[in-house]
Amino acid sequence: MIEFFTNTNLGIVLVILGQSLLVLVPLLLALAFLMYADRKVWAAVQMRKGPNVVGAFGLLQSFADFLKYIVKEIVVPAGADKFVFFLAPMIAFVLAVIAWAVIPFNDGWVLADINVAILYIFAISSLEVYGVIMGGWASNSKYPFLGSLRSAAQMISYEVSIGLIIVGVIISTGSLNFGDIVAAQDGAGGIFSWYWVAHFPMLFLFFISALAETNRPPFDLPEAESELVAGYQVEYSSTPFLLFMIGELMAVVLMCALVSLLFLGGWLSPIPGLPDGILWMVLKMGFCFFIFAMVKAITPRYRYDQLMRIGWKVFLPMSLAWVVIVSFLAKYEVLGGFWARWTMGG
Amino acid sequence: MTVFAFTFYLFAITTVIGGLFTVVSRNPVHSVLWLILAFLSSAGLFVTLGAEFVAMLLIIVYVGAVAVLFLFVVMMLDVDFAELKAEMAKYMPLALLIGVVIIMQLAIALGAWEFSDGFETRVASPAGDMTNTAALGMLIYDKYIMLFQLAGLILLVAMIGAIVLTLRHRVDIKRQNVLEQMYRDPAKAMELRDVKPGQGL
Repeated sequence: MIEFFTNTNLGIVLVILGQSLLVLVPLLLALAFLMYADRKVWAAVQMRKGPNVVGAFGLLQSFADFLKYIVKEIVVPAGADKFVFFLAPMIAFVLAVIAWAVIPFNDGWVLADINVAILYIFAISSLEVYGVIMGGWASNSKYPFLGSLRSAAQMISYEVSIGLIIVGVIISTGSLNFGDIVAAQDGAGGIFSWYWVAHFPMLFLFFISALAETNRPPFDLPEAESELVAGYQVEYSSTPFLLFMIGELMAVVLMCALVSLLFLGGWLSPIPGLPDGILWMVLKMGFCFFIFAMVKAITPRYRYDQLMRIGWKVFLPMSLAWVVIVSFLAKYEVLGGFWARWTMGG
Repeated sequence: MTVFAFTFYLFAITTVIGGLFTVVSRNPVHSVLWLILAFLSSAGLFVTLGAEFVAMLLIIVYVGAVAVLFLFVVMMLDVDFAELKAEMAKYMPLALLIGVVIIMQLAIALGAWEFSDGFETRVASPAGDMTNTAALGMLIYDKYIMLFQLAGLILLVAMIGAIVLTLRHRVDIKRQNVLEQMYRDPAKAMELRDVKPGQGL
């Protein structure tokens, strides 16, 4: 029986399929409640009640929304490029899902333990702009097009600084694998061995860039409702809109996972002595998501030229300078190799 | 058919189809999208070869940055398709000639190519026990650091040259002065007047 799953092609495919479902189903379920949490936090900051009708405390609100979206009518604009119009939300959703293939939730709990995992995540998140651009263009309408142009420029700009911040972490670790990155943060200091201490300013730069990269407020210019109605989503309804929305939220949760893995020690426990485990990872991701939700609730939207200005003139020089600084700190093993946690033969 | 052969043919056929439709597609935006498909499947080919680092770079650089800018420009162009078709007929003989020359060259090169015995076993990763990324890093930043830096320098000079050639200082436009904007305060920006009814200011 075991040989069937390890030796035959069909068996291996079945095992991978099962593992994928094991990641995907809890993820989508968690997403429903994260959506609810997002709205509750937002409501609490504005002293509203938020969703409180469907189910106890409104817990089933997301499922009701889901049903509502899928039974509505799909409206296709008259001048739309039909093929690209439907391709765009699918791309947005699929890209958001496949990025999870390399995210570990615990030591070794990962679908694909590839040694360029972080580059893979970076590649997928640089592809995510296509869903937005294609959606905006295929709608054949002014506001969606403006929204997609904004988003293309915005996502490319902030990818640059995200990439440079990741380079700093890679220099410290000496590996592109998430397992190695988390293992490098394991130390006697517990919470103080994690990279948020070693790469302190970059944690905030990464977080803000992640906000811009996922089109979250205060950088939600592609869908700024006061200027562009709903940006690239204007012409979408029903399931295609749902796919866009799930893709967007999943990208946010992915960024939470990335912050946890890169800076907050992934599944490591903050206090030395307590066992490491998936619980810590989930807690850290939840904490990051709470901060994401709080930022959405308490910050006003940026102006577009200000957004571009901090992207190119503030974040890019700072993260580039940090790469150089970390290189020196790692090369000369400052503080006993606090920034150089690898043992490679040269 | 082995899994390797299956994935190879899958990606190879997709690459060829993507390339073909890039050329024959009537809508330039569709052309770029097909081109992106070709890029992605060639990245897949790199992965089947065991060159995962190059594959990821191909996606990040070409698909994630270059093709986005490409798409960006193509979407905003107002292209007249009828005119393009007329132009195409004019240049067709030259294009065909170039195509035939390239095919001939490839055929000559492949005809003269000789595979030594057991070449298939040597295709595997040359890095030994190092990962591809580390091996590539050692090669570029340790062994050939001089050439790498020179290449970077040439690119830098080219970039500065391009900026210098297009730089012009326009005086007739309004610029944002961010510091000035940040140091504005309500006391200086607003003036409150008490307006008497029927009189105005």
